[in-house]
Amino acid sequence: MQNRAALKETPIYSTTKIRWSKASKKISLITGIVLLILVGSFFFLPWLWLLSSSLKTLDQIFIQPPQWIPKPIDWSNFSKAITYIPFFQYMANTLVICAFVVVGRVISCSLVAYGFSRIRWPGRDFVFVLVLATMMLPFQVSMIPLYVIFSRVHLVNTIVPLVLPAFFGDAFFIFLLRQFFLSIPHELQEAAIIDGANHFDIYWRVILPLARPALITLVIFSFLWTYTDFQGPLIYLTSPQKWTLSLGLRGYFSVHGAQWSL
Amino acid sequence: MYGILFISPWIIGFLVFQLYPIVLSLYYSFTNFSLIKPPDWIGLSNYILLFTKDKNFYLALSNTLYIALIGVPVQLVFSFICALLLNQKIRSQVFFRTIYIVPTIMPAVATAILFRWVFNPEIGLVNSLLASVHINGPTWFADPNWAKPTLIIMLCWTVGSTIIIYLAGLQGVPTELYESAEIEGANGLQKLGFITIPLISPITLFNLITGLIYAFQMFTEPFTLSGGTDASTLGRPQGSLLFYSIYLYQNAFYFTRMGKASAMAWVLLVVIMIVTLVTLRTGNRWTNYEIR
Repeated sequence: MQNRAALKETPIYSTTKIRWSKASKKISLITGIVLLILVGSFFFLPWLWLLSSSLKTLDQIFIQPPQWIPKPIDWSNFSKAITYIPFFQYMANTLVICAFVVVGRVISCSLVAYGFSRIRWPGRDFVFVLVLATMMLPFQVSMIPLYVIFSRVHLVNTIVPLVLPAFFGDAFFIFLLRQFFLSIPHELQEAAIIDGANHFDIYWRVILPLARPALITLVIFSFLWTYTDFQGPLIYLTSPQKWTLSLGLRGYFSVHGAQWSL
Repeated sequence: MYGILFISPWIIGFLVFQLYPIVLSLYYSFTNFSLIKPPDWIGLSNYILLFTKDKNFYLALSNTLYIALIGVPVQLVFSFICALLLNQKIRSQVFFRTIYIVPTIMPAVATAILFRWVFNPEIGLVNSLLASVHINGPTWFADPNWAKPTLIIMLCWTVGSTIIIYLAGLQGVPTELYESAEIEGANGLQKLGFITIPLISPITLFNLITGLIYAFQMFTEPFTLSGGTDASTLGRPQGSLLFYSIYLYQNAFYFTRMGKASAMAWVLLVVIMIVTLVTLRTGNRWTNYEIR
């Protein structure tokens, strides 16, 4: 009790100091918000510009100073964009590749991650370090020999070179899934063993259902990276009807120069 | 035995899609190989030619180093500032976070196309804005002196994933530290310099290394920016956007000098390994690990 009274009598800050620090807090809050909006406009303006010019005719695009809200609004670009390049064809090609890659990665990476997390075997940790080390290898080192190999077996200009490796695991996703599998309690596994389950049962009935969030992460990232991949399709897909969307986007530039409004 | 069975997909994949090609690539790098004829052993000639005769090799290497040494630090500082701004406790922060991070999802080709246009000298967004305050903007991607800085600005637009990692790190800094610093009378800048930056230095190291590895292999953005259709136009303007993997691609698939391209790939592998190891080693000196 005495201590509390003593504290009350000798305030740490004088009242003017508190008022000053309150004001300075307000200033820093406002500058923070202003900066947030300023930097945010750097991220946002290109989008707005994209939207605004997608609604312009070719003549309107050249008007100086530019109009942010075009008058009149021209909606035709969107339908033109879809017909200017075989948009749906490219989209379908891309989705087929994505589907194979995602399915392949889900199966292979989850199996491998199980082997690295739920089973003890000699040399496991050494091999796992090897898996991590392969993440450092640049794509360019294996690119040329793989191209040579695939062209020898006449698989260039098919989607096989793009999807086949996905069925044999991927270091990044194996790492991701292993970390997640390690966090699943061991008791579940032991209970399953008592019930007579072998490792495949545990993998299929215990680990996979519990790892759904991690698997969803894998699906999302895997899909996004395959969808936006450029160099792989560029090398392997030579005939235009097999192109993916990323390759096809260049079509807006190559055929008649830049088609900005599309 | 079950363990080996479960990881067998990776073992097969490693042997077939990584180890074998890498060894093969080492062999190709000592040969003259044009895909049509079988490889022809020429010893170290590819490497000697690269290092003594090939001006474009040095050009590509220096352009890539420019991005790695200037572009990557700029990106890191910028994404750190963004993460600080996004970490403020104000309402509608979710809205801002979305705006900052969404550009990352765009395919690199689309980003490059968008920025080629944003920086279009006559009708682009940037020069139109500059013109409205009576400044004659440079020609950006069309100017050899401006092309790389403009590329760095573009790369700053897609730092979303780095921002996310920084943001997660910032939220892991214990608030007690800030509170005790406030009691000691530290101002915002001191808190930033003595608490935040040292405590998240391991994350900076991670972002630095992944950023460097990405920078050395950057392909899609410069490929799209300098033409994007024909290998002969790559690196425009005047080779200012000729990056290492672009030149490698050009050698492999345009001039079909597979041997020379393989030699380049091996040089790249060694450079990336040295850079990663040196960064890790020196990084440990300025990185503050929590030892408990």
